[in-house]
Amino acid sequence: MTLNVWRQKSPADAGQMVKYQLDNVSEHMSFLEMLDVLNEQLIGKGEIPISFDHDCREGICGSCGFVINGVAHGPRGGTTVCQLHMREFKSGDELFIEPWRASAFPIIKDLVVNRSAFDRIIQAGGFVSIPTGSAPDGNAIPVPKKESDRAMSAATCIGCGACVAACPNASASLFTSAKISHLGLLPQGQPERYDRAVKMVNQANEEGFGGCTNIGLCEAVCPKHISLENIARMNRDFTVGAWSYREATADGGGA
Amino acid sequence: MELDPRIPAGPIEQRWDNCKFDMKLVNPANKRKYHVIVVGTGLAGGAAAASLAELGYNVKCSCFQDSPRRAHSIAAQGGINAAKNYQNDGDSIYRLFYDTVKGGDFRARESNVYRLAQISVNIIDQAVAQGVPFAREYGGTLANRSFGGAQVSRTFYARGQTGQQLLLGAYQSLERQISLGKVDMHTRTEMLDLIVIDGRARGIVTRNLLTGATEVHIADAVIVGTGGYGNVFYLSTNAKGSNTTAIWRAHKRGALFANPCFTQIHPTCIPVSGDYQSKLTLMSESLRNDGRIWVPKKVGDTRSPQSIPEDERDYYLERAYPSFGNLVPRDVASRAAKRMCDEGRGVGPTGLGVYLDFSESIKRLGKAAVAERYGNLFEMYERIAGENPYEVPMRIYPAIHYTMGGLWVDYQLQSTIPGLFVLGEANFSDHGANRLGASALMQGLADGYFVIPYTIGNYLASTKLEKVSADHPAALAAKTEVTERVKKLLSIKGKRTVDSFHRELGKIIWDYCGMARNEKGLTEAIAKVRALKAEFWTNVNVLGSGEELNQSLEKAGRVADFIELGELMCIDARDRKESCGGHFREEYQTPEGEAQRDDENYAYAAAWEFAGEGKDPVLHKEPLTFEYVHPSQRSYK
Repeated sequence: MTLNVWRQKSPADAGQMVKYQLDNVSEHMSFLEMLDVLNEQLIGKGEIPISFDHDCREGICGSCGFVINGVAHGPRGGTTVCQLHMREFKSGDELFIEPWRASAFPIIKDLVVNRSAFDRIIQAGGFVSIPTGSAPDGNAIPVPKKESDRAMSAATCIGCGACVAACPNASASLFTSAKISHLGLLPQGQPERYDRAVKMVNQANEEGFGGCTNIGLCEAVCPKHISLENIARMNRDFTVGAWSYREATADGGGA
Repeated sequence: MELDPRIPAGPIEQRWDNCKFDMKLVNPANKRKYHVIVVGTGLAGGAAAASLAELGYNVKCSCFQDSPRRAHSIAAQGGINAAKNYQNDGDSIYRLFYDTVKGGDFRARESNVYRLAQISVNIIDQAVAQGVPFAREYGGTLANRSFGGAQVSRTFYARGQTGQQLLLGAYQSLERQISLGKVDMHTRTEMLDLIVIDGRARGIVTRNLLTGATEVHIADAVIVGTGGYGNVFYLSTNAKGSNTTAIWRAHKRGALFANPCFTQIHPTCIPVSGDYQSKLTLMSESLRNDGRIWVPKKVGDTRSPQSIPEDERDYYLERAYPSFGNLVPRDVASRAAKRMCDEGRGVGPTGLGVYLDFSESIKRLGKAAVAERYGNLFEMYERIAGENPYEVPMRIYPAIHYTMGGLWVDYQLQSTIPGLFVLGEANFSDHGANRLGASALMQGLADGYFVIPYTIGNYLASTKLEKVSADHPAALAAKTEVTERVKKLLSIKGKRTVDSFHRELGKIIWDYCGMARNEKGLTEAIAKVRALKAEFWTNVNVLGSGEELNQSLEKAGRVADFIELGELMCIDARDRKESCGGHFREEYQTPEGEAQRDDENYAYAAAWEFAGEGKDPVLHKEPLTFEYVHPSQRSYK
């Protein structure tokens, strides 16, 4: 196979595509195992191996991800690159491998990018404020199965960033809306529901992610099949939150 | 050294309450004067960091991943146990305690296990309140499933992604505290040494993985929740980054390492396919609820599974263990699979595999119901193995999954270094010689949410701590050692890659200290590991510099520590002349081939002290007494 890989020494470096030849690739290898083999060969030749983020290699930690021939996480769909296997490709294929490209995800080195903006979006409101020890019994509040299942589907987001990489606007709407939906669909998330939507959307804008124009590429590449429906829900909650926004009053406290 | 487990007095049901009442408290205004370091952001570390910040402590937290949300707890699939008895099927705190002590083959500390069972109910409440979307019944109540080693349904789950959802709950609480300024979070940061001053843990030395900067962090106490060391085997179900460095460095600074040879082999993983393989993938144990495990009755039967008629199949777990069937504990199921393959009845291209068959469940429940329970697991299997498990039985084989051993801690989770607390899989834990399914999430969260917030207060309130600065000689010495070690790794410029050493180590440990062990093999393994260590430090090739993101350098440091730990595992395994749980010594087995414990001589936790480079480690014993669950030959027949 022929691999064209983005090599960039540091954030300041301009970076460029470098061509590598790799033979005897087994169809049972994962894409990352194929890169491992290439890296071992590079080290053998005294060349610096390719840096890429990866950890669990089970498609759940969200560490890995890059663009293969223009598609985030590669051609199979519904998978991360660690679970993409070489049987999806043919002998003699030429592949182009690039990092996520978005100004809110600056490149660190080679295929590694900085996704800390996602953490800051969660910090803005992607939680239920419930200090340890103050919870009622787990069965005290029944949750309709349908709502719970829908919340779970949104909650499966792994925060990999493929949605941003695929979007021509580099929008983080699918990521942000998945958390807003997950918590907004559950009774436990109601007290902070509208505030949460406003704060998280504002934070995403501040980080430099673009707006959503309903293109849908994010959903198409999402390894966890997070649905566009979540973005509609986010927009609704954001609108309610923005229209009904009131400053918190300071006179509520007791002696 | 006298090991004092600090077990509280009184009947077992009251010990934790008594302990909490006797502990000293730090008043709310004083909590903000204390600084605590938390290393690791999995269920244990993440929960601890969030909970301590909520209490008012100043927390500094680190993880090697790019976000705390990626800690390996995220990959846990099946579920979390809790003695809620929502199913009205006879569960209780006592029964969960009993099952866990028995499942651990009577090598765990009773008082800790009882506390774990007590706390289990609070964990579910906390997680639900955070918005963890556990599976529910149509009426809106929480659903349960059953798991190995239990005859009640006490496992709570969120599809096959329970660890992910629980971790995101802890992560979100942690992010909230970060936004409030109570947690100073350092991602892409690895702990490379522990700073001990006047016999107490007072800080850590870290390396910034992006810039290579070595940094000293000083605090009043250090909490380590960095997970297990399964990657010593190279091929395991652990994440590629999971490592032993934090606990191994602490061990070399004086923390005893307990029961290193107690490692868990999970029976349901996808078999190895080739030499390039970088890790193994687990298929949740929950699959054993509805899948039936079998091999052909005939040796060397190479027919496709569908063409083997029912009466020529051996459902060996159902045959040998009729009362637990496919739900026997993990160690029992793994060894049985190995026996089948050793007999030549293994399946698949390598002969190292057994079938996990869903055809009967699909007939009974319908494909949709099976898909709802296990859909994501089936999809994952199909992606990796290239076969559709709705039509062809899965092939599975045991793989290293969890390590019961870890740093020795007392009842208050403090190691033998005062001020160093160890949580979750990183400690030698509550699971004895074998962990039951759905108990790891329970333990990590119990330690982080509900134990450490109390015990750390007790430590801080009852200890006079001198003010220490980052340029204390001990801190500077530790920092220098770290920088010298990095320099050394980069300067060897040998012929072999880090991965090649790691693979070789893994093969030695798997062959000699894996599913079956014996005296002769372990002695050989120790010699081989020592030779490997010598070669590593003269022939490893790490390219690049120390002042940048250098993934080979990160791996090199971790593999160097795995090699040393591998030796200790073999020493411990050789020293324990009995079989128990995951530790199976071929010389000690019952006539039926089950583990044969020796309670008279080995009812203790083996805690090893580092005695210096090149010296034999020193064994200390914590005797285990069983007042409530009387040791018996475990039987799942």
